[in-house]
Amino acid sequence: MARIKAPVVITANDLLSGEVVYLDASHRWSAELSAAKVFVTIEEAESELAAAFNEADVVGAYLAEVTEGALIAPKHYREGFRHKGPSNYFHGKQTVQGAEVAA
Amino acid sequence: MYSYQEFDRAFVRERVDQYRDQVKRRLEGALTEDEFKPLRLMNGVYLQLHAYMLRIAIPYGTLSSRQMRQLAFIADKWDKGYGHFTTRQNIQFNWPRLIQTPDILDALADVDMHAIQTSGNTIRNVTTDQFAGAAIDEVADPRPYAELIRQWSTDHPEFQFLPRKFKIAITGAAEDRAVIRAHDIGLQLVEHEGRIAFRVFVGGGLGRTPVIGQELVNRLPAEDLLPYLEAVLSVYNLAGRRDNKYKARIKITVGAMGIDAFRAKVDEAFKRLREVFNGQDLAVLGDIQKGFEVPHYVEKSQDAYFDALDSDSEFREWVERNVSAHKHPSYASVTISLKGHGDTPGDATSEQMRAIADLAEGFAHDELRISHEQNIVMPHVAQADLPGIYRTLKAIGLATANIGLISDIIACPGMDYCALATARSIPIAQDIALRYAAREAEIGHMQIKISGCINACGHHHVGHVGILGLDKAGVENYQITVGGSAGNDAAIGEKMGRGFSVDELMPALDRLIEAYLALRLSEDETFVAAVKRLGTVPFQEALYVVDQAA
Repeated sequence: MARIKAPVVITANDLLSGEVVYLDASHRWSAELSAAKVFVTIEEAESELAAAFNEADVVGAYLAEVTEGALIAPKHYREGFRHKGPSNYFHGKQTVQGAEVAA
Repeated sequence: MYSYQEFDRAFVRERVDQYRDQVKRRLEGALTEDEFKPLRLMNGVYLQLHAYMLRIAIPYGTLSSRQMRQLAFIADKWDKGYGHFTTRQNIQFNWPRLIQTPDILDALADVDMHAIQTSGNTIRNVTTDQFAGAAIDEVADPRPYAELIRQWSTDHPEFQFLPRKFKIAITGAAEDRAVIRAHDIGLQLVEHEGRIAFRVFVGGGLGRTPVIGQELVNRLPAEDLLPYLEAVLSVYNLAGRRDNKYKARIKITVGAMGIDAFRAKVDEAFKRLREVFNGQDLAVLGDIQKGFEVPHYVEKSQDAYFDALDSDSEFREWVERNVSAHKHPSYASVTISLKGHGDTPGDATSEQMRAIADLAEGFAHDELRISHEQNIVMPHVAQADLPGIYRTLKAIGLATANIGLISDIIACPGMDYCALATARSIPIAQDIALRYAAREAEIGHMQIKISGCINACGHHHVGHVGILGLDKAGVENYQITVGGSAGNDAAIGEKMGRGFSVDELMPALDRLIEAYLALRLSEDETFVAAVKRLGTVPFQEALYVVDQAA
């Protein structure tokens, strides 16, 4: 697998619900990608990722590449589906997330 | 159907209690995720892309109406109002919360169900012919043997940590509807000198190294089944590779050792184990068989059925596609398609599950089956009741007359749900079903199978047309195979060439299908028969004609 390149966010699944979450600038986990802290260097992201592994309330934290524009957007389609929810029909995360996902 | 004994109930409840305590300790922080993960997986709880997923065993695909209603209850109370039936005759719920999973397992135990051994390197749910016990071409009902294997393999201390997962399929029919030669062990009941025996195949499997199983023995006396299976498993347990998970399935062991050497080792182990079993297993089998007695068939006037066949063309088409011959002349087996055009293959809503349960209770001797093709079967239905059943199914959107046609697609969950997937499967199936809905009768029998990664849960290798979704430099890309087969003539499809992007895929399939329609000798020559006659070259040329023109 190609080495991951900045900018990146830290993402994981919530321990209780399994829902996709992102680490925000306050070091809290948010369901909103728009709230995620964007790391511009891999070194800084990996440092925070190491701490995230010790979090008791998430599972499987890792770095995910994003593009920065008006909105933070996942770079790889896998992360896009994690962000939006299943594409076969409208259910899952997109039913509670609203405008951000529609965009 | 087999009914749980007190032993079964106590065992399942004890496992639920253990799991409830494990979840509690995980949430309290006493267990790390690394410690907890194997424990949740032993109870069927996976973590997927968007949520946890609970995989529930449906032993040999058999459900009572009470059990189906309980699945509907679980779907409503703890999930999003639907369930997904899988190619291993199981059901998966895609959205449970971790803290609720012990309650779901308790609710399953209430109806004699569980999720044990739906994950891990153990012997998984034994699958079988969806028409078992009803099929006109059947030597004997394979389900009592499947239940015997279930009881033997559940929590078997020697086989909880095999080199890799282990899948067994069994059929009692002349026509293989259980894809037995794509399983680690495939069993076919045959009659030999007036007695029941087994043809045993070993080393089949799909995934990244697809292999058609080889015959290990062609006339194994039925009474030797368990000691022989234990011999096969014990040889594999010792000889199977544990250093590389991609080389750990029994197909690799058999391939490396050679079938003759593998057979010799099995025979040696069998001699020893046959003495150990000492006939106790046969006493258990005898008790099990009492639970699988033939239903009490009821003779009814068939006038309304024949009238409906004459007067209602839609009903007639549904009967032609979705109704199969039964060993009793005035009965039939009904396949309820979970492949409505544009729907997600294998999904059923809680409302549909309840309606199907009601039909099974009223008209099908309280019995349902899940097929590996992700449809639901009522195995024992009086032909006289078919018009009423059709009307009910039509009212709930489940009367699609497409069994065996191009829209009756097997598709794994793919990247819409699965953490292992490299591309989506379901939207491809939806697009194909919608695109060819008006032409599927013209196209005829065609099995398309779609996997969203190389693990091949969608059986793409044995599809007449197989589609494998991959990640090509960050873009979904779909490889096509042609000429696979899942039946008696089991075969691995041939890879046609470079993959197609999402945008290229449908036009490529158009060219493939148009080539078939132009090349077939008549409407009676199916796609796979045409491939056998002509080879794959004409179809490969049709797929890549755009490349040649460029």
